[in-house]
Amino acid sequence: MSLLAVHDLAVSRGGLRTVEGVSFTLRGGEALILRGPNGIGKTTLLRTVAGLQPPTEGGVEMAEDAVAYAAHADGLKAALTVTENLRFWSAVFGGGPVGPALAAMDLAALADRPAAALSAGQKRRLGLARLMVTGRPLWVLDEPTVSLDADSVARFASVVRAHLAGGGAALMATHIDLGLDEARVLDLTPYRARPGRAVRPAGFNEAFA
Amino acid sequence: MIALLKRDLALAVRAGGGFGLGVAFFLILCALVPFGVGPETSALRPIAPGILWVGALLSCLLSLDRIFALDHEDGSLDLLATAPIPLEGAVAVKALAHWVTTGLPLIAAAPLFGILLHLPGQAVPWLIASLLIGTPALSMLGAFGAAITVGLRRGGLLLSLLVLPLYIPTLIFGTEIVRRGMEQGSTATPLLFLAGITAGVLALVPFAAAAALRVNLR
Amino acid sequence: MSIWEYANPVKFMRTSGAILPWAAGAAAICTTGGLLWGFLTPEDYKQGSTVKIVFLHVPAAMMAINIWVMMLAASLIWLIRRHHVSALAAKAAAPVGAVMTLIALATGAVWGQPMWGTWWEWDPRLTSFLILLLFYIGYMALWSAIDDPDSAADLTGVLCLVGSVFAILSRYAVLFWNQGLHQGASLSVAPGERMSAVYRYPLYLTMLGFFLLFLTLLLIRTRTEIRRRRLAALQAREMRA
Repeated sequence: MSLLAVHDLAVSRGGLRTVEGVSFTLRGGEALILRGPNGIGKTTLLRTVAGLQPPTEGGVEMAEDAVAYAAHADGLKAALTVTENLRFWSAVFGGGPVGPALAAMDLAALADRPAAALSAGQKRRLGLARLMVTGRPLWVLDEPTVSLDADSVARFASVVRAHLAGGGAALMATHIDLGLDEARVLDLTPYRARPGRAVRPAGFNEAFA
Repeated sequence: MIALLKRDLALAVRAGGGFGLGVAFFLILCALVPFGVGPETSALRPIAPGILWVGALLSCLLSLDRIFALDHEDGSLDLLATAPIPLEGAVAVKALAHWVTTGLPLIAAAPLFGILLHLPGQAVPWLIASLLIGTPALSMLGAFGAAITVGLRRGGLLLSLLVLPLYIPTLIFGTEIVRRGMEQGSTATPLLFLAGITAGVLALVPFAAAAALRVNLR
Repeated sequence: MSIWEYANPVKFMRTSGAILPWAAGAAAICTTGGLLWGFLTPEDYKQGSTVKIVFLHVPAAMMAINIWVMMLAASLIWLIRRHHVSALAAKAAAPVGAVMTLIALATGAVWGQPMWGTWWEWDPRLTSFLILLLFYIGYMALWSAIDDPDSAADLTGVLCLVGSVFAILSRYAVLFWNQGLHQGASLSVAPGERMSAVYRYPLYLTMLGFFLLFLTLLLIRTRTEIRRRRLAALQAREMRA
C-alpha cells in the first residue's frame, strides 16, 4: 500500500500550468527528491500534494490527514518559547511529545527561549522539529535545508532517515545533496507544460490565450 | 481547536496592547464627541446609544487585519490548512479569540464611557446586553473581511470598506435596543432581530471566510 | 447547442460583436424617445413640472437593483461552473450599476428638494440606495486591489454573495429603523395607486431604453475586459517561454 500516488498531475501557477503528466508513487520507507530549474513548479507541485491548492488535472491519492508540510516559512510565533511553539503544533495535529523532537534537532538547550531570540538556522531547525511532533507519515518538504549549516544538514538527514526507517516517506525539493543515498530523484524538466489550447483552462491566462 | 484559541489568547496577552488599544481608541472617540456637539446633557443623552455603538464598532475594526495577516506572513496559515481541524473551525476559533481580546474589553468599558455621555442608568443593562449579543457578529464578519484581504499589501483600508457596510444591520438593531431601553420601551423585538442576525452570521459566515482563505492560500 | 457555449470567449466575442450595434441603436432610440415623450407630458396637478424627473429616476433606480442581481447571477455561474466570461461580465457590470445608483440618488435629491423641502432624507428607500452604493464601491475596490485575476474573480464572487444577503438584510433593518417619506412603488399593480397612463407609457419606454443601454455598456465593457485578459495572457506566456 503506497502512502502517496500521483498520477498524470498538472499544476499551475499564475493561471498557467507549469508541469503536466507527472506520475509517481511513494511507499513507506521511500524518499523522493524533486529537481528542476527555477520556476518549473516544484513549490506548486508540493503545495498541491499538501492539499493547499487544487490540481489542474490528474489526481493525488493518499490517506486523509497524512501530510506534514514544511516550506520557507516555519509557522513560528516570536512571542512564544521554543517548547510552546512545538507543543502548540503537537496539540493541533494530535501528535506526540515534544522532548524527543527537541533533542533530535539539538534544541533542548534552547527549549525555554522565546522564538524571537533564535537565529535563522535555529528557527529552521525548530520548523523541522515540528514535522516530528505532527506524527504524520508523509513529509512534504520545500527546500528544507535553507540557512542550515553542514552539521545541521547532516542532523536533519539522519532525522529523515529515522523517519523513513519508521515507515514514513518524504517528498522534497532541494538543491543540496543531503547524503540520502536511498532517495530517488525525479527531474521535472521533461514534464514542463507545453503551451497550447487546454481543454480545461487552468486560469484566466489559459482561458484567453 | 482549544490549543489554537489558547495560543491566540497567549499571543494577544504577550504582544501587549491587544486588549488596551481598542479600549483606548473607544475612550478617545467618546471623549471627542462632547467637544463636537457640546457638553449639555440634552445634546449628549439622545445620541449616547449611537455614539457608544459606533465607537465599539470602529474600535473592533482596528484589530481586524491582525486576525489572519500575521499567521499568513509566518506560514502558520499554511500549516493550519493542512491540520486535521477544518479551516471553517479555525476561522471560527480565531474570530472567537478576536472577540475575547477586543469585544469583551469594549463591553466592560462601555458602561463607564456611557457615564461620559450621560447615558441614563436604566439603559446600561441594555447597552451591555446589546453589545454582548451583537459584537460576536462584528468579530465574525471582520474575520470574513480579513480572510478576503489577507494576501493584499495594503488590505487595511480595503478591509474597512468591505466590512463596515456589513455592520449596518447589527448597528441598527444594537442602537435601537439601547435607545428603547433608555426610554423604557419594549426591547424584545430588536433584541430578537439582533440575536437572529448574530446566530445567522456565526452559522454561515465561517464557510464564506474559509472559502476566501483557501483562495488566498492557493 | 447550449447556452453555456457563449462562455467560450471566442464565441462570445463573435456573438456580442454582432448584437452590439443593434443594442446600441435600440438603446439610443428608446432612451431619447422615452425622455422626449416624457418631457412633453402635461404637468402634474400636485407636483408640477418636477414630476418629469421620474423618467430618469425610476429607470435608473430599477437598473441599479437589477444590475446587482445580474452580478450575483454571474458570480454564481463563475463560482459553480467556472466560466471565465461570466466573472468578467460581473466585473464589467459593477461600475455601470454604481453610476445608475448615483443617478437614482442624485435625481432623487433634485426631486426631493421641491417636494419634501430637503435634499436628503434618511428615508428607507434613499438609505437603502446609499447602502447599495457602498456595496458597489467595495466590490469594485476589491477587484482593483487584487492582481491575480483568478483569485480576484473568486474573492469578488464570494463578496458578492455575502454582500447580497447583507444588502437585503440592511433593506429590512432600515425599514425597521425609520419609516419614510418616500412614496410607495411607482408601478404598483394595485388599482387606484397607479400612475396615470399619460406618464406610464413613456416611463415604460425609458425603462426599456435604460435596460438596452445597460446591455450595450455591458457588452462593450465585457469585450474590453476579454481583450485586456487576452493581452495579459499573451504577455504571461511570453514571460514563461
